[in-house]
Amino acid sequence: MANLAQPATTRLNSPQAVARRRRQYMRERAIEALLFACAAVSVVVTLTIVLVLIRESLAFFSHVSIVEFLTSRTWTPLFSDAEYGILPLVLGTLLSSLVALLVALPLGMVIAIYLSEFAGARVRETLKPFLELLSGIPTVVYGYFALLIVTPLLQATILPNLPGFNVLSAGIVMGIMIIPYISSLSEDAMRAVPDSLRDGSLAMGATRLQTSIKVVVPAAFSGLAAAAVLAISRAVGETMIVAIAAGQQPNFTFNPTESAATITAYIAQVALGDLPHGSIAYQSIFAAGLTLMAMTLVFNLAAYWLRKRFREAY
Amino acid sequence: MAATDTVSTDRTPPSRGFGATERIQRARRAEAAFVGLGIVVTSVGAVTLMALLGGLLSDGWARLTPEFFGNFPSRRATQAGILAAWVGSLLVVLVCAFVAVPVGVAAGVYLEEYARRNWITDVIEINVNNLAGVPSIVYGLLALGVLVYGLGLGQSVATAGLTLALLILPIVIVATRESVRAVPYSIREAAYGVGATKWQVTSHHVLPYASPGISTGVIIGLSRALGETAPLVMIGALSFIAFLPTPPVRDSFPYISFQWLLDPFTVMPIQMFNWVSRPDPAFQANAAAAGLVLLVMTLAMNGFAIWFRIRMRSKIKW
Repeated sequence: MANLAQPATTRLNSPQAVARRRRQYMRERAIEALLFACAAVSVVVTLTIVLVLIRESLAFFSHVSIVEFLTSRTWTPLFSDAEYGILPLVLGTLLSSLVALLVALPLGMVIAIYLSEFAGARVRETLKPFLELLSGIPTVVYGYFALLIVTPLLQATILPNLPGFNVLSAGIVMGIMIIPYISSLSEDAMRAVPDSLRDGSLAMGATRLQTSIKVVVPAAFSGLAAAAVLAISRAVGETMIVAIAAGQQPNFTFNPTESAATITAYIAQVALGDLPHGSIAYQSIFAAGLTLMAMTLVFNLAAYWLRKRFREAY
Repeated sequence: MAATDTVSTDRTPPSRGFGATERIQRARRAEAAFVGLGIVVTSVGAVTLMALLGGLLSDGWARLTPEFFGNFPSRRATQAGILAAWVGSLLVVLVCAFVAVPVGVAAGVYLEEYARRNWITDVIEINVNNLAGVPSIVYGLLALGVLVYGLGLGQSVATAGLTLALLILPIVIVATRESVRAVPYSIREAAYGVGATKWQVTSHHVLPYASPGISTGVIIGLSRALGETAPLVMIGALSFIAFLPTPPVRDSFPYISFQWLLDPFTVMPIQMFNWVSRPDPAFQANAAAAGLVLLVMTLAMNGFAIWFRIRMRSKIKW
């Protein structure tokens, strides 16, 4: 207070003021460093994930040949005469994801076209929150839904011989789960299409539906394809629905009405048993996890590439 | 023939030749049909929710007694309850929030307010986006390899909370970035203009304005953590826990205890998973009841977040 009476220059250069500015500067730098450290945590997490997966997988591949892992059609690591061929699990994963995509892609696209090109603000604001809620439902609840509601429903109606555990109902429910991803990413992509294209088409006498399908969808193609691929990547990594409803038996099959284990279901199944740390079974889940990571990485990169490669510049 | 057609004695105008009227009508009918289809399909969210709630209610309503919330799991389905599960869920989500919120908000603030445009920032940004796409079970493998065996935290509340914190970190970071970005620059300039430092601008002005958006993201992230099962299966959450974690308050010195962090635990989704995988229908009714509780909790959190966001959007006009 007292030094308010002094001329401004003296106040700014008084030893107290200089010391205070110095403290303040140090504090600012310390805070920035702390914030940076928090941001860097995410990189550390990624590196640790990759390191852990590779380290345990290397230990696994010192017991099992990588050729057998990638080509054998039998996966029985918990048997006494264990065989380690990841193919049945990969096939189960792709099969369930394919079923999910067949459900989610048409529905998600119709929703996206409807919300982006037809629905008024009021309808959109009412229906969209419900779609968002779908992605907030715990996956274990979806698993219950698939096993105890969808499968009995299918058995009672169109597929009387459907086994209790099957890829079909797990895939259908997984499809419902990923609809919000497809619809919201696709809607974003279609909204990014400039109105001049729509106006041109409408001015030529096309209806809104013709405009949507023949002008907007092709123009937004890269975004739509990326949405589909990201949704597959999501389905590939999903665990609880398939672990509960698709069965635990590795099964080299292309038939979705049979039961089949996925990579994620196998990992969860092994973890549920009391597995000794350092055993081959313990290491095998890391090898399976590495395969899973590789698959989702391929899909994510494909989505990135699709968006870049086919992006129309307006 | 051709000559009479072009003469305008014909009632249809010449441009409407070649069945144009029918084609236009067909196109209009297709459009009307698509609008109907769109409304029906877009209602899939509401319909699925109804079916889920209906199914769970009809299977599990009878089990939702006060004893169900107050009993430990049991070999007899009718005496089993979710006491250990909901207490465990609460503690795990608490640890998760305690770690994920400060770290995630700090990371988001750094990327939006502090980060310089250089390759390090690019790496962090790409990495956050990639982490959001990593399957949750892989976080479980990370936790198993590093937290359970590497750091020796064991199959404890702390391990579970940390694992879920890493899992929801990208959600918190992205929500923070979006809310911070939405704060108009004029507010920062006004604060800088009266001599505030960068941190003062951030903590006194930007963060308070961004906090509604941040809390929306945090709530969605925590509801995800509450419903997440797979990573906790990986670290070996037990499903038969007939005791509660050590209470955090003790009657002797030093009065507070952090032993509960290292106690074994179970959570709601794990308990439900355990019950749903038993063939006995009585346990499946328990699973439905537990699922109902879980669903109501997560839907309430999500619904609140969505409502809050819509309200904030209509209220705040910069």
